[in-house]
Amino acid sequence: MDDAPLLEIKDLHVHFHVYGGILRVLDGVSFVVHRGEKVGLVGETGCGKTTTMKATLRVLPMPPARIPGGQILFQGQDLLKMRDDRLRRVRGRGISMIFQDPTAALNPVFTIGQQIRAVVRHSTEKRLSRSQIHDRMIQPIREVALPDPERMLGSYPIQLSGGMRQRVCIAMALVADPKLLIADEPGTSLDVTIQDQILRLLGRLVEEKDLSVILITHTLGIVRQLTDRVYVMYAGTMVEVAGTEELFRNPLHPYTHGLMEAVPRLTGGGVSDGIPGRIPNYLHPPPGCRFHPRCPHVMDVCRQEKPGFYRVSGDHEVACFLYRDKERSA
Amino acid sequence: MGFVTFIGRRIFQSIFVLLGLSILIFIIARIMPGDPARVAMGARAPDWVVENLREQMHLNDPLPVQYGYWLRDALQGDFGISLFTRRNVADDVREFLPASLELVFTSGIIAGVVGISLGAISARYKDTWIDGVLRMFSYFGVVTPAFVFAILFLLLFGLALQWLPPIGRLSDGIPKPPVITGMITVDALLAGQFATFWDAFKHLLMPALALSMGALAQEARITRSSMADNLSKDYIAAERALGIPERVIMSRFLLKPSLIPTISVFALDFAAGLSNAFLVELIFNWPGLSRYGMNAMLRKDLNAISAVILILGITFTIANIVVDLVVGALDPRIRLSAERSE
Repeated sequence: MDDAPLLEIKDLHVHFHVYGGILRVLDGVSFVVHRGEKVGLVGETGCGKTTTMKATLRVLPMPPARIPGGQILFQGQDLLKMRDDRLRRVRGRGISMIFQDPTAALNPVFTIGQQIRAVVRHSTEKRLSRSQIHDRMIQPIREVALPDPERMLGSYPIQLSGGMRQRVCIAMALVADPKLLIADEPGTSLDVTIQDQILRLLGRLVEEKDLSVILITHTLGIVRQLTDRVYVMYAGTMVEVAGTEELFRNPLHPYTHGLMEAVPRLTGGGVSDGIPGRIPNYLHPPPGCRFHPRCPHVMDVCRQEKPGFYRVSGDHEVACFLYRDKERSA
Repeated sequence: MGFVTFIGRRIFQSIFVLLGLSILIFIIARIMPGDPARVAMGARAPDWVVENLREQMHLNDPLPVQYGYWLRDALQGDFGISLFTRRNVADDVREFLPASLELVFTSGIIAGVVGISLGAISARYKDTWIDGVLRMFSYFGVVTPAFVFAILFLLLFGLALQWLPPIGRLSDGIPKPPVITGMITVDALLAGQFATFWDAFKHLLMPALALSMGALAQEARITRSSMADNLSKDYIAAERALGIPERVIMSRFLLKPSLIPTISVFALDFAAGLSNAFLVELIFNWPGLSRYGMNAMLRKDLNAISAVILILGITFTIANIVVDLVVGALDPRIRLSAERSE
């Protein structure tokens, strides 16, 4: 049973009930992370990457969000059906998350120490002594290479730089030794040099602790450096999954093509045109394949039916009718 | 030490606000139609008596000179003699202010505790029927003037159910405790007279409740909306995602940032309570400053009016400084930026 995936999301649907109607934000997302695996999740802003991960930990604001269908299996247990007190023990210890914007993810009116202490205290059912709590607070702060840990504990988020806040967030996510770490666009809100430092740090910690990782990003270069396998997401649906090298060598879905071409290259060629059009609105998403209004290869069938996942080779699957006939039985 | 400087500066600024207010009060009092000296002496007093009083009150001097006299006396706590009660206004204030403060403090405590709790419950059960009922109650509370509540409570609890004594501060036959603060409940406790305290408390409850309803509803609304707002913030999602229990998040990590707007409004409501109390004091026959001030206005009792308005102004100013202090204590962003600007 060791082959059983660590996390398996099956056909997840998330709706947001708003004044104008129902936003169908996730439309049947499936996703697998194996033990020790580093998985990338890419797609343009607003495609549902963060929503998928927040839904996994059940931290979406509900209402307005609702999860009308799907399963989220962590170590074989459905998180969506789990009782709140048991789910709480999965959070932080089983799955931990680093949020996109460290400034928004830290409570502005509590010191870093107060916030980490709360995480430490509730990271175990045992009663910890003062010195144990203190050790467990200092330890992760050291690990993320923050200077002067004692002074750090007494600081408010506003007194720290963006890079330091991000490190604090990483430290808090590591307090309870999670098995799976979800990193949501770490460092995106920081300038590039700091972002690079943060990613290196994250890469080092993941290696040291042998964590499974879900790395959410829209920067393909980062995915290439840090992950084994990549999922490509578009407008609330998965469109392609492949081993990282395979995906970069042989992108299949027209959207993945566009995404790769949209990356400006340093070696001439200038900036590409990107993908014309925008992410569709979720109130009235296009029927059939959600990408069809922007797709250069659109066929009649794309406007009516939702494509299934077609396995093209070993671990390379794509949700596009272009590859319906090329499917190989694996 | 930056925060101390910050508060010091706020107090210093407040002095000018109060000085401005005093000029305004003085001018308004002087341009009110009617001759205060004539009003004081009555229509049948001979002209020379009235003229003497005018001279005594410096009413014949130019306005700036009158203001100078007035301010000099006011700073010494001397607001002159009330034209109606014939006593020193300062003595009147000393007698009536504690009763009003007792009322306003109690109503403030009720409004704060109950309002914030209701708001928190409303936010916790957002968009359920509990929230619906509480919100409807809040709208009702905000739009209904205090005197309506006063009359309703009086009819219901005072007359129909007879749970609470309808008027006054103490029942007949119960001796007043020795005056220390002038607030009977506090004085009774200080003197160890628990029966007296209980009787005074029962008298206090109904008017305080009536006076608190508006602020209470307002507190509930603001607490609800700021908690509901903050509930969708990323830091709450992050705290949940890290395994902090819901009750800790609600009672600590959500409550503290959410209370900041509530506190600001609360202090102003509290100060406004002192000026809104007059009808409530009238209905419950509560011998407080608001009623005194109201009567002073109806009788053109200039000295008393000036004193009452100045006290209201000082109350608002203090309330504002307290808001700055409390919000600064709650919110490091404000505290730290205040320190940095020094």
